[in-house]
Amino acid sequence: MSSVSDWEAPNPVKDNRGGLIGKGVDRYEGPLKVTGTAPYAYEVQPPSPPAYGVMVGAAIARGRITAVDIAAAEASPGVLLAWTHMNAPAQPPRGTKGHPRSTQGSKPALESDRVAYFGQPVAFVVADTLENAVAASHLIRLSYAAEGHDVAFHERLDAAGQPPGEQDVEIGDFDAGFAASEVRLDETWTTPLQNHCQMEPCASLAWWEGPDRCVAHTSVQMVKPAQHGLAETLGIGRDDVHLLTRYIGGGFGGKGQTYDDLTLAALAARALGRPVKVAFTRQQMMHGTIHRPATVQRVRLGAGRDGRLNAMSMMTWTHCHRDGAFTEHASNFARSLYAAPNRLTGHRLVKLDLPHAGAMRAPGEASGTLSLECAMDELAEQLGLDPVELRIRNEPEVDPENGRPFSQRQLVRCLREGAQLFGWDRRLPTPGQVRDGRWLVGLGMAAAIRGNFLLPAKCSFSVDADGVITVRQGMTDIGTGTYTVLAQIAAETLGVPLGQVKVEIGDSELPPAPGSGGQFGAATAGSAALMAGMNLRRAIADLATGDPGSPLHAGDPGDVTFQDGVVAIENRSETLSDLIRRAAPEGLTVEGEIRPAQDAQKWSQQTYGAHYCEVGVDPVTGEVRVRRMLGVFAAGRIINAKTARSQLTGGMIWGVGSALHEGNPVDPRYGSLVNQDLAQYVLPVQADIGELDAIMLDEVDDKANPMGIKGVGELGNSGAGAAVANAVYNACGVRVRDYPITPDRLLAGLIAKGM
Amino acid sequence: MRPFTYERAASAAAAVEAAQAPGARFIAGGTNLLDLMKLDIEAPAHLIDVGRLPMAGIEATDEGGLRIGAMATNTAVASDPLVRARFPMLSEAIVAGGSPQLRNKARVGGNLLQRTRCAYFYDPTKPCNKRQPGSGCGALEGLNRNAAIFGASPSCVATHPSDMAVALTALDARVETLTAGGGARSIPVADLHRAPGDTPHLETALDDGELITAVVVPPAPTGGQAYRKVRDRASYAGGLASVAVAGGRLALGMVALKPWRATAAEAALVDGADPAEAIGRELAGASPLGRNDFKVPLVARLAVATMAEARAAANGGGQG
Ligand SMILES: Cc1cc2nc3c(=O)[nH]c(=O)nc-3n(C[C@H](O)[C@H](O)[C@H](O)COP(=O)(O)OP(=O)(O)OC[C@H]3O[C@@H](n4cnc5c(N)ncnc54)[C@H](O)[C@@H]3O)c2cc1C
Ligand code: SF4
Repeated sequence: MSSVSDWEAPNPVKDNRGGLIGKGVDRYEGPLKVTGTAPYAYEVQPPSPPAYGVMVGAAIARGRITAVDIAAAEASPGVLLAWTHMNAPAQPPRGTKGHPRSTQGSKPALESDRVAYFGQPVAFVVADTLENAVAASHLIRLSYAAEGHDVAFHERLDAAGQPPGEQDVEIGDFDAGFAASEVRLDETWTTPLQNHCQMEPCASLAWWEGPDRCVAHTSVQMVKPAQHGLAETLGIGRDDVHLLTRYIGGGFGGKGQTYDDLTLAALAARALGRPVKVAFTRQQMMHGTIHRPATVQRVRLGAGRDGRLNAMSMMTWTHCHRDGAFTEHASNFARSLYAAPNRLTGHRLVKLDLPHAGAMRAPGEASGTLSLECAMDELAEQLGLDPVELRIRNEPEVDPENGRPFSQRQLVRCLREGAQLFGWDRRLPTPGQVRDGRWLVGLGMAAAIRGNFLLPAKCSFSVDADGVITVRQGMTDIGTGTYTVLAQIAAETLGVPLGQVKVEIGDSELPPAPGSGGQFGAATAGSAALMAGMNLRRAIADLATGDPGSPLHAGDPGDVTFQDGVVAIENRSETLSDLIRRAAPEGLTVEGEIRPAQDAQKWSQQTYGAHYCEVGVDPVTGEVRVRRMLGVFAAGRIINAKTARSQLTGGMIWGVGSALHEGNPVDPRYGSLVNQDLAQYVLPVQADIGELDAIMLDEVDDKANPMGIKGVGELGNSGAGAAVANAVYNACGVRVRDYPITPDRLLAGLIAKGM
Repeated sequence: MRPFTYERAASAAAAVEAAQAPGARFIAGGTNLLDLMKLDIEAPAHLIDVGRLPMAGIEATDEGGLRIGAMATNTAVASDPLVRARFPMLSEAIVAGGSPQLRNKARVGGNLLQRTRCAYFYDPTKPCNKRQPGSGCGALEGLNRNAAIFGASPSCVATHPSDMAVALTALDARVETLTAGGGARSIPVADLHRAPGDTPHLETALDDGELITAVVVPPAPTGGQAYRKVRDRASYAGGLASVAVAGGRLALGMVALKPWRATAAEAALVDGADPAEAIGRELAGASPLGRNDFKVPLVARLAVATMAEARAAANGGGQG
């Protein structure tokens, strides 16, 4: 049984003798990406010339396909095949786990005449060139019998039910506590449906090695489930699918699963006996993959005049697909953030005929902080308290819901240091007081919180006769820096320079790791890497001390040190490559593994931060521009200052988008999303972001994992949008509780105020 | 995208002649046309590349205006010293559009003839009279926050997205063209685009295969110039509304299917109305649809601010 106490012993990452841990090492694959030489799935060179597949999406939101006409497409130049549900290869029903060793069910494509959401892939053409395939795809004619669809979330809140297997969480007596509070706030916020908009759309390339073995390159955050799912769909053994995902151009949760591009590439490659590539178009990404669902959030806060919360409630309404079960748990973080004796939190789920909802960067927190952290700002104003002070007054000593001690909680330090560095004392509590040219200037802040997780993972380490260390793991790098971070851990653990480490990830044949998601990636994959690295150290130490040819012969393996590519016991030493070349010329390979500690649940474990933001509001037009933003974060030991900072600032920019720009409206008549490209779906651009910085406090969380690190990939966008919204209020005195705060919405408030 | 043939025109005359072939289209920077072809919204059978024709010069005219070749890139126009000296507002308007990459590629002629950004026009599964005459207008009762408040019809409520065209309209510029028969025409930019009526697919005053060869800008009117655009983000975004002021002339952008010359406001200014009153006179003729109601107060406020900015510029002051 593992315990967090097992992680207390010193290890090379903690010792950091080489100083690589924490260093801002450049991303290893950066030059490849900016020179266009990193082969993403669609750019991998297959063994023979590929054919090109193009999908066609459904033009209705719910109903049946009544007739198909593919004759013109089939007769179009270069076309190799055209499929609809009428002639696509038979596949096991959705979710089948036929294979005993599979964990992920089948994901058939073109499975029936049913249309379950707008944009669902319903037809598919493969041709010798992409151009021919696209041209032929326009010739496919489908007739539909539409059935009434239900997509109007805000009109359907009455139909909301408890998410499967969930109940509201009440501590104390919320209603009584709220009623008895001297100061009360009861407001509702809405957040819109959002799309991930990864730079790289979902794409796959597949070919077959013989009749029973499929090689597939795809863009997915989790390799093993994708391998299993594809094997089920194809009806072959799990080990007969070799699934690779070497480079990913952004995932954000949207690539936590695979889509029909993978299934269809593999099926068509089998049918045609040649490699087939399939990619979603930008337009198809919006409907054909998952999205972050819209929410309605009601927040009620009751406090005494001293600012201490007596009652806190956060209820979230959200939606998912009729056949789905995903819940955007926007209220969950509120269970841990502030002390209050009477608490009520929960979720309500409406099933709709929109495409499938799913995880998107900081699921829950990203949406939820947009209400609660603004509610705290409003409450502070009602109380005449500084918003930072209000939060400090409600700092809990233990987790307010479950009474568990915090493994680490430096929220107050983040708040205080941020306030000082940002110049928060210059904020005027009365809104609308500061002008700079045509801009009204305001400051806002918000707290950040996001859970920390550790999942089981394995990793292998090899050393070869050149002393090169190779890390192998079925992990992915979605652009976060995993390659680089694993190399740092390996180099530090084996005492070799970074240039002497190779990292191979993104391959289903490598030791399994859960992949990237939920900001568990570096902690999970990295801990398994450390374990494998320590095992390799032991193996090398045993080899050296057991080898009569080594100067370390007959020494105590525990005394062997690893530094600068040299193994030594005091002044007896040799290079790692000399040792391996002589004593193990074939090299050594060992595995290591991390498992969550049995007793980890005894602690409440989160990452924290504080956002500070300065905006300008043009009171004439309602336009908002972010002028300055600072985040101060406490998220365990930082392995790479540069990649961690990039994750955090990227998250903060994400928050700016959530507050001011992003959202995809649903047209209820068609059951579809209005914005279908990156010109219409508005994300922040460079000119929207002024000065931006993220600071990481010193922290080691020894309850998290053997390295004491935590996640940073999602913390940055928790709370960031609320800081922007609060700054908008401070600038002009208008609260917009429906996100995003677009010029038209702010203008309405400005006009209502007589401005 | 459908298969098409392609030729690079050797001369303007050759381009116009080649354009007589059925399904032929000019392509300049391609930043609009190619996007639409990829979505199967445009499906020309033959492309005539006019982008390399030697019509990219920017010259002073004898009267003190400018003649801008139709193939000048948006970037070249915006950064041209003569443009910046005489028509700073034109330069501001161009830079307010798209992104540097787009402006480097896009040409003057192409910018004027770019098509609407109406979301329903861009989604071939939706009815759109502009894309498919007679199919209906998806935007009319749809999510039409960015729809027109002037000159729309039940057949089409879209707006024209060009910033440059708004500036050129306030500057009283004209386009010069070469017609199919080899003749030359000169058309005010303000008359280049048609009101949608019940034929929104017919967009301009140009005949089939008529090539824009230049834009001629007359001398700047007395009084200052200013251009302001409101958009959902700071860059790389179509506008919600824009205002171009050149002396006593006023044009509004993204409020109609053409750059909207605010003649009622101009007349009111001549009659001595103050800026708020004057723009109010123009907006009295607006017919918003509900979701775009905000454009009325937005334009009112923006016009007043832009006129003030122009006055400050005329007095040698900076911009607010
Ligand atoms: C994401 C995005 C955002 C944008 N934002 C803005 C914005 O905010 N403001 C703005 O003003 N613009 C904006 N643009 C539009 C951009 O400026 C236009 O795409 C560009 O100006 C078109 O120029 P082009 O030379 O590439 O035209 P093309 O795409 O080559 O041609 C467009 C049309 O004009 C016709 N044509 C071209 N030249 C001639 C000619 N000489 N004579 C007759 N017909 C001709 C073509 O046949 C075609 O129909 C944006 C574009 C994109 C893609
Ligand atoms: S407004 Fe015009 S462009 Fe938009 S859908 Fe209607 S007809 Fe088409």
